[in-house]
Amino acid sequence: MSATNVDSALNTKSAASSHVEHEEEEDHRMFGFVVFLLSESVIFFSFFVGYIVFKTSSENWLPAGFEGLEVREPLINTIVLVSSSFVIYFAERFLHKENLWGFRIFWLLTMAMGSYFLYGQAVEWQGLPFGFTSGVFGGVFYLLTGFHGLHVLTGVLLQGVMLGRSFLPNNYEGGEYGVAATSLFWHFVDVIWIMLFVLIYVWK
Amino acid sequence: MSSASVEVRPSETPPSFQPEPGAPDNWRRFFSFSTDHKVIGIQYIVTAFIFFLLGGLLAMVMRGELITPDADLVDRTVYNGLFTMHGTIMLFMWTFPMLNGLANYLVPLQIGARDMAFPRLNAAAFWLVPVFGVILVVSFFVPGGPSQSGWWAYPPVSLQNPTGNLVNGQALWLLAVALSGISSIMGAVNIVTTIFRMRAPGMGWFKMPAFCWTVFSAQMIQLIGLPALTAGAVMLLLDLTVGTSFFDPTRGGDPILYQHFFWFYSHPAVYVIVLPIFGVFSEVFPVYARKPLFGYKVVVVSSLLITGLSLVVWVHHMFASGTPSWMRMLFMFTTMAISIPTGIKVFAWVATVWGGKLRLTSAMLFALGGLMTFLFAGITGIMLSSAPFDIHVNNTYFVVGHFHYVINGAVVMGFYAAIYHWFPKMTGRMYYEGLGKLHFALTFIGINLIFLPMHPLGLMGMPRRVASYDPEFAFWNVIASLGGFLLGVSTLPFILNMLSSWNFGKDAGDNPWRAIGLEWMVPSPPPHENFEEIPVIVSPPYGYGSDEPLTSNNPNGESIDEPLPGIAIGGAAV
Repeated sequence: MSATNVDSALNTKSAASSHVEHEEEEDHRMFGFVVFLLSESVIFFSFFVGYIVFKTSSENWLPAGFEGLEVREPLINTIVLVSSSFVIYFAERFLHKENLWGFRIFWLLTMAMGSYFLYGQAVEWQGLPFGFTSGVFGGVFYLLTGFHGLHVLTGVLLQGVMLGRSFLPNNYEGGEYGVAATSLFWHFVDVIWIMLFVLIYVWK
Repeated sequence: MSSASVEVRPSETPPSFQPEPGAPDNWRRFFSFSTDHKVIGIQYIVTAFIFFLLGGLLAMVMRGELITPDADLVDRTVYNGLFTMHGTIMLFMWTFPMLNGLANYLVPLQIGARDMAFPRLNAAAFWLVPVFGVILVVSFFVPGGPSQSGWWAYPPVSLQNPTGNLVNGQALWLLAVALSGISSIMGAVNIVTTIFRMRAPGMGWFKMPAFCWTVFSAQMIQLIGLPALTAGAVMLLLDLTVGTSFFDPTRGGDPILYQHFFWFYSHPAVYVIVLPIFGVFSEVFPVYARKPLFGYKVVVVSSLLITGLSLVVWVHHMFASGTPSWMRMLFMFTTMAISIPTGIKVFAWVATVWGGKLRLTSAMLFALGGLMTFLFAGITGIMLSSAPFDIHVNNTYFVVGHFHYVINGAVVMGFYAAIYHWFPKMTGRMYYEGLGKLHFALTFIGINLIFLPMHPLGLMGMPRRVASYDPEFAFWNVIASLGGFLLGVSTLPFILNMLSSWNFGKDAGDNPWRAIGLEWMVPSPPPHENFEEIPVIVSPPYGYGSDEPLTSNNPNGESIDEPLPGIAIGGAAV
């Protein structure tokens, strides 16, 4: 067969297959992100295991003169954070229906609730009579809440980026991977918080 | 035929695709932020090998110190730094990046994909390697020298920080290990996603080459285990720098907990290292024995069994750490159980080689040598799994000997087997067989000469990690040191071979070994995006001796009216 024939045939073939590939990449990213989150969760589980070991084996668990953590304020915080998971779900629904303003309002509400959570956390930290060097309890308390707080902060920042992107024309033509991933991350941060809350605040 | 395909190659790149910096044969692409998995694979391998030489140099200084019973060549604190950095460099800078390099190069080719799932993430993961490599090397020059607490950095030794500086060897060590963890997780997400989602049409799980199976199993361990080490390292770093007391026993902390975090990852890490080498053995033996891999399905499922079991054996590193006896019994049992899937693999390789038409090329020699040393390591491993024996030889050279038979015996020899096997594919040129065989002889003798004497030394009670020793241990130590220097010399013919063959070697052709596999059906070196046409798989791998074609189309993009060398190779092989 002549070289020119091969040439043209190849051109059409590879152009077609590369088109298919680019569409598939969307799915790969979500799959990869889920794999990453599963792996990330092991860090939290390791910290949880550390917390359980410390709590069950330590002789002087709470710092001297400290009675125990206040539950009321953190509970309000918890309710706000958990509710925000529903709010972000509605934001996603609006985006699917291509109602951009509905999406933005609910998305912004999620950001506000996340920020309130961070604010509540900071207020709680300020009022505590112990620091991260006050024994194992102090260390593990600030480690867990701080590491989780970093994730909430990351989530809020990601949401900010996605909010900004929603104003770009044609942003969602290639799919809504960014929004879906941010939302999934937010649910993940929520679920981790519920476990963390039970471990630190509920388990006496 | 091949000249025609060379001519049309420039126009085959679709216009929508980002062009690579420089032409495909431009050496500068190896120094660029390339997103081509083949370039990244070679970048990984070469970078890792440079660190392998550095780690080996440290080992030779240690063997120089140990050639006499007194601490005379280097200071004791320098010796502490030497064994710490030797272990750290060999694990985090050599084996992990080297295996990531092999996986990067081979997995997309073997599963019929054009690249990895996330090419840019791939490049970013690689470029972290030199970053934390430099951090580790820099730690030699900070006040107080590098970390001296061994590659496992047990507290409270690792918390001492004698210089009192915030930037000390131990902190830099933890930083480097954390960055290595980030890089490994990036790589693992990428590789797992690629294998899960980008296999060519028709390539079901049981039509996938064994190397991809082992890489997949190993990367699953990274995803599950590595975060635990990260958690422990974060807590240790906080203890060291900001004054928390997680692992400080004088302030209520629990140093044993660190050991659990550490070994929960770092024991399975040994399987992260050795599993892909099992994959290399499973690829190499069928090619040079001209037989299908014996018990393919059982072999690949064993990889997953090893993944599962490897996550529940870590306490066997802590038999002497005041572990309760129920835990000792439990982990003794699981550790012995893991020898079953491993033994299955060994039997399958022996059965593959048995009665085959052997071609003793350098790759085959290294694979056979690696198999032998691995078998020996496996036997000492079963001895060590028994808690009473383990406590007897705990912290002696027996453990060092066992471990190095796995890592230097099986893994490094397996690496050399892989390089000799795929070198023609990577470069398009043949290596010099004579130099390869010389390399094998020196390596095999060197490994046994250095590591075999460590077993009697350990049984006699010589402790590891000490610069001086009782004169009664001198005989075996002199032999081991000579073996160590021989092992150092053995890398010279390899380096010479690689450099000269890459530049002046004979043209290799697409499939010099007459091997069956997708990577052997494309030109050498494979073009950008690997396949002109995504292959459609119709047969299981390793169809040696059968006439079934591997694919129903030709990934080279040409029609298959006439039989092609890459297809139905089995007939030609007999």
